[in-house]
Amino acid sequence: MHASQRSTGAAIEIRKASKRYGAFTALNDIDLDIRPGEFMTLLGPSGSGKTTTLNLIAGFTDITSGTLQIGGKSVTGLPSHKRNIGVVFQHYALFPHMTVGKNVAYPLALRGIKGDERAKRVRRALDMVKMADFAHRYPSELSGGQQQRVALARALVFDPPLLLMDEPLGALDKKLREWLQLEIKRIHRELGTTFVYVTHDQEEALVLSDRIAVFNGGRIEQIGTGRELYDTPATLFVGRFIGESTVLRGSAEVSGDETAMVIGGQKVFARGRLADGARPVILLRPERVALKRAGADVDADENRLTGTIAEAIYLGSGSKYEVRLSDGTIAVVRSPLGATDFVIGDTVDVTFLRSDLILLPDDASADVTLT
Amino acid sequence: MPSFFRILLGLFCLLVAILLLAPTLVVIPMSFNGNKSLAFPPVGFSWQWYANFFSSPDWTTSFSNSLIVALIVAVVATVIGTLAAFGVSRAAARTGGLLRALLITPMVVPGVVLAIGIYAVYLDTHLVGTVTGFVLAHTMLAVPFVLIAVQASLEVFDRRLETAASSLGAGRLTVFRTVTLPLILPGVLSGALFAFITSFDEIIVALFITSPYLKTLPVQIYSSITRDADPTVAAVGTLLFLATSLIIIAGLLLGMRRERT
Repeated sequence: MHASQRSTGAAIEIRKASKRYGAFTALNDIDLDIRPGEFMTLLGPSGSGKTTTLNLIAGFTDITSGTLQIGGKSVTGLPSHKRNIGVVFQHYALFPHMTVGKNVAYPLALRGIKGDERAKRVRRALDMVKMADFAHRYPSELSGGQQQRVALARALVFDPPLLLMDEPLGALDKKLREWLQLEIKRIHRELGTTFVYVTHDQEEALVLSDRIAVFNGGRIEQIGTGRELYDTPATLFVGRFIGESTVLRGSAEVSGDETAMVIGGQKVFARGRLADGARPVILLRPERVALKRAGADVDADENRLTGTIAEAIYLGSGSKYEVRLSDGTIAVVRSPLGATDFVIGDTVDVTFLRSDLILLPDDASADVTLT
Repeated sequence: MPSFFRILLGLFCLLVAILLLAPTLVVIPMSFNGNKSLAFPPVGFSWQWYANFFSSPDWTTSFSNSLIVALIVAVVATVIGTLAAFGVSRAAARTGGLLRALLITPMVVPGVVLAIGIYAVYLDTHLVGTVTGFVLAHTMLAVPFVLIAVQASLEVFDRRLETAASSLGAGRLTVFRTVTLPLILPGVLSGALFAFITSFDEIIVALFITSPYLKTLPVQIYSSITRDADPTVAAVGTLLFLATSLIIIAGLLLGMRRERT
């Protein structure tokens, strides 16, 4: 657990994995590669298959078809207690009849580590999560955040090459969650263990992860760094799930390498084109959009959509506006500090560069899943 | 006004308590009777019936018979009942419910009916008047109590702890030994206690399957009281009352200590 004994993380390779419960398909033919030492987050709404994937890796459920390799070895049929993987649960799952120290010593006792060595490793693990003073307390005497830190120590004390975390901060309040996120990030950096983290909170995913796999309806929509997912989402679902966005729909005209969309009588141009037959939509990020007084000048490669301010919210670091466009769509705009202030009812032009538009195939399920 | 009703309520509770306890408490003064009669109120004072209990082989053998049978039953019924409780609570809801209903029948069926059936079978298999016979019959009667007590513990037991233990490297047996059993132990112990008491004071089946060579304490009490109204019965009753009270108080104290930690 010191820098000198960094364990090398295990790689995970999942190929064509499916999990069915009777007629219900929880996981549909997924491929996922996780690199040694990587912090990979499985992100998605509830029922999207992210926890099922975690349970497959942990060995809590069996794979229906496909293959799963951990550290280059197939683990099909290997029970969870022989996989040597640390798991942290949302509900902490500390043993209530054992003290904090006994809880952390539990996996060591099972591995035949005794006496001084055991005591030393328990202390080191508790030091790592800053819980060394609580070794003699019972879990019921600790707060949720403290219990989760103990659970983390217990899952790491036996130096597993892989740590799985299933919404570990889901039951904690925002302040504590943010602090523990940084703690988890620090521990990951210190250990070199592969971390696989499940969450439905996209902000948490962005804070923690090297890469994120976005799950939806039992499939993986996209795998990439937070930046890749935010700037170049592969699907409308990913675009809407990560960060704030405005989706513009309209009738499309494709000519050459440009797609034009008519939205409520106004024309918007975007670079690129979609495969034939796909109905395109435009995704706008709130901070890539500017507000100008209606009729102000725009550059040649700028688009303009006229609308009225429906909501103006002062955020301190700037302002957030909701603009009702002529077709009724609400566009979300973030204005930096010092930009012109608008009030509700003002007629404004929403302007944005052609290169800042994200052109995506329409997907009605992306709306349904998010509401 | 509220205080008036409170007093009334208190008096009523006292009345109910007296009603529940009086038949038991009557036995205590009777056990110190100076005369050889089971009359109440007793006349005079003596320890002779206690002396009689400890010196008469009829009483001491039947007591040790009951103790041996009840101890074996407690162990056997606790093991079977605990396993059954696991089966019931981990089976599919419908199957579990059906199994549970089936396993609880010995509690519901009239004792006499059971006793007749057991007696008929025992005659053929030469189990009348044997320790094995008593243990078998009493275990059947005790298993439902263990089942109910353990199942109640299992219902509040968080099965996710087993998953956690497994992820930390514990095989199924180790999980049971180190996590599940310690956490359902209060249920198992109270099941064992119920099983012991069920066997120890069982009389109906015992009357059928007893023999002059193997009498349990309840049988001895019954035959003694029908034969010669011996006040030793009252002394035995008082001793049993004291013993069970002590066990229950100890159990309560243990439970209170557990809650504090």
